Amino acid sequence: MSGEMWDAVWLTATLAAIVTVLLLVVATPIAWWLARSRSPVKEVVGALVTLPLVLPPTVLGFYLLVAFSPNSPLGQGIAAVFGQGLPFTFEGLVVASVIHSLPFAVQPIRNAFEAIGDRPLEVAATLRASPWDAFWTVAVPLARPGFLAGAVLGFAHTVGEFGVVLMIGGNIPGETKVLSIAIYDYVETLQWTQAHILAAGMLGFSFVVLLAMRLIEKRLGWGTGR
Amino acid sequence: MTAKPATLTAAFVGRLGTFHLDARFEVPAKGITALFGPSGCGKTTVLRCVAGLSRLPEGVLRVGRDVWQDGARVFVPPHRRPVGYVFQEASLFPHLSVPANLRFGQRRAAAGDHAIAFDEVVDLLGLGRLLDRPTAVLSGGERQRVAIGRALLSQPRLLLMDEPLSALDRFSKDDILPYLETLHDALDIPVLYVSHDIAEVERLADTLVLMEHGRAKAVGPLSALMADPALPLARLPEAAEVLDARVEARDETYGLASVSVPGGHLLVPGRVGAVGSPCRVRILASDVSLTRDAPGPAQSSILNVLPVRIVGAEPTDAHLVTVFLHLGADGQGAPLLARITRKSWDLLGLAAGQAVHAQVKGVALVERGSDPTAKDEDTP
Repeated sequence: MSGEMWDAVWLTATLAAIVTVLLLVVATPIAWWLARSRSPVKEVVGALVTLPLVLPPTVLGFYLLVAFSPNSPLGQGIAAVFGQGLPFTFEGLVVASVIHSLPFAVQPIRNAFEAIGDRPLEVAATLRASPWDAFWTVAVPLARPGFLAGAVLGFAHTVGEFGVVLMIGGNIPGETKVLSIAIYDYVETLQWTQAHILAAGMLGFSFVVLLAMRLIEKRLGWGTGR
Repeated sequence: MTAKPATLTAAFVGRLGTFHLDARFEVPAKGITALFGPSGCGKTTVLRCVAGLSRLPEGVLRVGRDVWQDGARVFVPPHRRPVGYVFQEASLFPHLSVPANLRFGQRRAAAGDHAIAFDEVVDLLGLGRLLDRPTAVLSGGERQRVAIGRALLSQPRLLLMDEPLSALDRFSKDDILPYLETLHDALDIPVLYVSHDIAEVERLADTLVLMEHGRAKAVGPLSALMADPALPLARLPEAAEVLDARVEARDETYGLASVSVPGGHLLVPGRVGAVGSPCRVRILASDVSLTRDAPGPAQSSILNVLPVRIVGAEPTDAHLVTVFLHLGADGQGAPLLARITRKSWDLLGLAAGQAVHAQVKGVALVERGSDPTAKDEDTP
């Protein structure tokens, strides 16, 4: 494999890793609120968070590009604070990917929180655990399969995204040229061998990830004990 | 440590979902208080309100000198209330080992409140063999014992138990009941015990809160309420009286013990503790008959014949009458129920105020204070 291909692999892995960590940080409180709240606006927020799941990535990418552009107030604010704008940068990719992959992390974590039910948290409360304490010592450990699924899906989805990256990141080697863009590039320039290597690698990677997740879930499966 | 609370005063009034609660009661914060009533009468809701798991805006709750709720102004959140809560299902944390479950509350208890030690609870509840087993393989009864231990180790000043035996089979129930009786005798923690099983109540309770349609219909000592003409307990087919007694002498030859109850003495079959120790006896109304004159010695096979005074009577059905009695010729003793035919009532010319004799055909020792470790264990 050429250095250019390794660059794309490394960039994609770095992006996916950073996005996954950020996803867990952002998705956990959202998932907790969606699972526990009785607020009437919760389904509205739930639908908003899920939007990236159904929108064409180009639509999301387009709006993000508009929002981050140097002409928009948000884009100007970001440029003023960080000294540079988001479009066509690695940081821009990170932000866009977090938004784009959010439903993939929120949904499994929310389902896991909902599956716990009220009882373990009530038990924790009667055993002197504050809500914050119970969240970390009871809810999070019991929702571990959901966190695992959220992290894996978020990671895999970030690795595989194309449309949003193309819109907001462009095609800058070492900065925004991730695997999916590289494959597209190779195909466009008729370098079929390189495209084959990367595409087959992605295929194998995705399969292994899904299989591993399923197996780990099974081993962790303590959903049986009440 | 804060002084032991003297009384528990509760008034929970309002609507929770579709259920209307209007429960007001004051009970001594001592011994076991049973919240008793049919399913759906609000017992569990009351218990949840005491723990702070459910919140009624109109609720008032005082435990001793501590105010846990006063309307909407004061509401101590559940994790700041020194209660132990045992749910119907054991609800052990599946991600923690048995010892970690037991220590969950202990680690979080206030620094000054460490009167109940880990080893003591393990001994009391027979948990030794369970400590190194995964929570998932424990039986229902074992799980519930761990849950009770976990609640006790959180160093509660009030123990709340929500039908802790109802999810268990007969066998596991009989396994746990002696442990509960031991707890009652060994630990000085007041207990609120929700139950719809009168047999459990007869065995465990000192005080009774009789619940009906979300209201506390009657509150008082168990024996007084069981023989209260105004309450449905005395009208049950299995109406009985439960008396707290004290062992006076043991007759090993016949396997009988002589016990004293307020206003009389009884001969009771079965194993009792040492002379001077407390026990509890249960006398079914249908096992008590009345006679004007006491039969002389060696004239009747019935051993227990007690002077009583008739306080009242009420027809139970077409042919039976439930008679309300007080022990002692002066009628100053404990209450007792008799169930006789209406014909006998008329033939004997009985009436309230008369002094007669109660012939007690059967007295059962309610297994209480017996040593659970002496029981056959289910060891392999």
